[in-house]
Amino acid sequence: MRIIIVIFYFFLYLNNLNATPMADQEIIFKNLRCLVCQGQSVADSNSDFAQTIKLVVRDQIKEGKTEKEIYKFLIEKYGEWIVYKPPLNKSNSVLWLFPYLIFIIGGIMIFLLLKKRPNR
Amino acid sequence: MLSNLGNLILFISAFISLSIIYISFVNLNDGKTVLRKKIYQLCLFQSTLIILSFFVLVSAFITSDFSLMTVYQNSHTLKPLLYKISGTWGNHEGSLLLWLIILTIFSFLFLVYNKDHPKNYRLYTLITQNFLIIGFLFFLIFNSNPFSFLSPIPKEGLGLNPILQDPALAIHPPLLYVGFVGSSIYFSAAISSMLSNYSGKPFALSIKNWVLISWSFQTIGILAGSIWAYYELGWGGFWFWDPVENASLLPWFAMTALFHSLIALEKRNLFYFWVIILCIITFILSVTGTFLVRSGILNSVHTFANDPSRGLYILLFLCFLIFTSIFILFKKFQTNNYKINSNSKETFVLINNWFMIFYLVTVLLGTIYPIFTEVLTSQKISVGPPFYNTVIIPLVVLFLIFMSIGPNVKWIRDNFKNLNLLLKILAASLIINFLIIYFFKSYSLLSNFIIISSIFLIISTFLDLYKYSKKKLFNLSRLVSHLAFGFMILFIGLNYNFSFEKDFNLKLGDKKKFADYTIEFENINLEEFKNYKSVVGKFNIKNYSKNLNLVLSPEIRIYENPSTLTYEASIRSGLLKDYYITMSNIDRSEFYNIKFQKKPFMMWIWISVIFVSIGGFMRIFRNEKKIN
Amino acid sequence: MKKKLIKTSIIIFFLFITIVFFVGLNKSSIYDTKDLVGQRLNNISLDNFNSDLKITEQDLKKNNYSLINFWASWCAPCRDEHSFLLKLNNQNNISLLGVNFKDKKDNALKFLEELGNPYDSLARDEFGKNSVHLGIYGIPESILINKDLVVIKKFIGPITEKDFDYIIKTIKR
Repeated sequence: MRIIIVIFYFFLYLNNLNATPMADQEIIFKNLRCLVCQGQSVADSNSDFAQTIKLVVRDQIKEGKTEKEIYKFLIEKYGEWIVYKPPLNKSNSVLWLFPYLIFIIGGIMIFLLLKKRPNR
Repeated sequence: MLSNLGNLILFISAFISLSIIYISFVNLNDGKTVLRKKIYQLCLFQSTLIILSFFVLVSAFITSDFSLMTVYQNSHTLKPLLYKISGTWGNHEGSLLLWLIILTIFSFLFLVYNKDHPKNYRLYTLITQNFLIIGFLFFLIFNSNPFSFLSPIPKEGLGLNPILQDPALAIHPPLLYVGFVGSSIYFSAAISSMLSNYSGKPFALSIKNWVLISWSFQTIGILAGSIWAYYELGWGGFWFWDPVENASLLPWFAMTALFHSLIALEKRNLFYFWVIILCIITFILSVTGTFLVRSGILNSVHTFANDPSRGLYILLFLCFLIFTSIFILFKKFQTNNYKINSNSKETFVLINNWFMIFYLVTVLLGTIYPIFTEVLTSQKISVGPPFYNTVIIPLVVLFLIFMSIGPNVKWIRDNFKNLNLLLKILAASLIINFLIIYFFKSYSLLSNFIIISSIFLIISTFLDLYKYSKKKLFNLSRLVSHLAFGFMILFIGLNYNFSFEKDFNLKLGDKKKFADYTIEFENINLEEFKNYKSVVGKFNIKNYSKNLNLVLSPEIRIYENPSTLTYEASIRSGLLKDYYITMSNIDRSEFYNIKFQKKPFMMWIWISVIFVSIGGFMRIFRNEKKIN
Repeated sequence: MKKKLIKTSIIIFFLFITIVFFVGLNKSSIYDTKDLVGQRLNNISLDNFNSDLKITEQDLKKNNYSLINFWASWCAPCRDEHSFLLKLNNQNNISLLGVNFKDKKDNALKFLEELGNPYDSLARDEFGKNSVHLGIYGIPESILINKDLVVIKKFIGPITEKDFDYIIKTIKR
């Protein structure tokens, strides 16, 4: 059994080695919202705007910018609307933390319910 | 003519609802133990009338009677017959009529099928349901009347949005509505159960099949919408976490939690108030979803033609539902002292609910959060796929593991003797996962976990199947649903991991080479059809290392009524993978934007979902057989 | 007591949600970048229409106010706003920078010949990339900035009479 666990961690380690630092353009396109469309991503849209954004993102990837830097640049220019993953800041903290809070509360509630009568 | 007829029928139905409520109240206090015959008759009459009014509307669509505003706005004489008919529920007004059909039919059937339950319980259910019916009838008549008259009568209609002219989307709304409008009946039953103090096992038995019916239909309804999005929206995905899609998923989570708890209520008389709350939440989420979709409060790809006055009405109705339910719940609520062992099936029911509520809260919050930021800080934000994937997927892994263990645990108390077996299963799934990754060479930490845990679930469910098949005691429906769910997650994981996508611009006659593929844009043709023109491109796709050679022909369609451009993907579906290509014109340029995708196991995702819902249907039949 | 507290908080919670929904109903669900004002523009580098030179921040700092207008010959609403731009050209406290967006040079010149050239300087953005640096997402769109390159207002869509009056009022202050 232990051997399996060791192998498992070894593979996890391999994963990290394989993670490429280069930003993936398809992923970035999918995470950007097309401003002139109704709820489409830049990847899915064929609008003029989406084409332009694709050009700029490709350029920035070539310049060596990371995914995060590209999002930051676009948020500065177009507002938070443009990214589908809202950055974790003060006004979005409820969005990011509330689900986990519910999960933890739920866990505690179940725990308390079971604790009422300990197992024999 | 049809306009008057339709309106008349609607008014009569509203009147009948009022009479049903009145007679039910009289019947409540008359000291007899049976329901009056008149009530059955009125209920039958009511659902027949609503169905009739629906057929009036359908016939108006078929004959293209443009004296009706709805027909004028959503139909056209040149449209194929199928889409004339499906156009009836492809718009806001008509779909509300469909909504009413389900409210009334369920109301009648619930009355008929629950004859052996007490009078008061059935009457209160009927009264609550008829309040819902009246609410929607008023909404229909005064705000969104499908029979409103248009004068002078136009010669031609405006036509149905072409992306809605599609077979999958023709059946999608009816299926989905049976699902989430069907939840109204156990909402009514829950309210009634509190009012008439009818709880415990008999209550669970009376709503069990209704929950299963709505859940099963909701599941295939979501599937139909998903398949439609896959080939019609032309993005190659099947789930976009769009507000409208989320609106259909939210009641699904609540229903799933509900029928798991319901088993505990039936078998062990536990969690009564929790079941009541879930019943209420399910329907309230359905109405909330309708509110979000129809009011236009959110920016979505599937936006209906919207109008804030509709939103206001649904919001008022929603408010009424929420506060009435809270009021009744507060009055009747009692804390119970449950005695539950941590290693019992009850615990796992709770765990199921725990996860379902977490998913529900996450998706609900993600969907409505932009409204909050806008109202409170006047900042507009988008919450999309990356948010949901980040928050939800890690916990799916944990959920699947619990799902593999749970069903085998005994009620009341179990002693985990099979820990050893579980570890073996885990080891086997790890190995299978690494084999998959070794042969296909793709790494992503999270999808590894997803694949491992889903294989874990699949193996343990198969072992169950083997174990149970020796005994007579045999719960096949659960195994089918769980197994199919495991496969669904597995295929989604594999699909996510091994999809290949390339986005590029190409001129007519040019070739594009990448990886082992060569894609040649061979020619382009203009074809004319009855209600649209089509620009058809011909693409040769070759892959020498895989001996692949196929021709795909994506289209750009130009519809005139209403004038719209749509992009039709060309898909070669196979058992193991789909090849998917779309083409779109780039303004003021001779280039076309091409998107080529290889999507493994798409068909298996669909099949798994079908089996998930088949499990639900099997359970219904099994329950029926047991009773007889 | 504790029970009452829980009950009231649940009711307040739902009231809060419904009120937010109610207010949200009257807000537009369509997004635009009008509210993104008050930022300082930086790293501006636009290609001059007629030469290989660049138009940079230094050029814009020379004027008390500048209006950066994005236009193209293929854009129909651009014709509507043109008369206002010509009128603005007569004002002396503001300089107009036109950016020709994703356009052919010949067509752009023809457009200006036909309708008149309101611009003090003219730039060209062949692929639309520079427009992204200025937060443009569709044309016509114009940005009013002051000497310090701070964005005072964004005009999404063609400039109307109201916008024109606003600009005049701002630059005369």
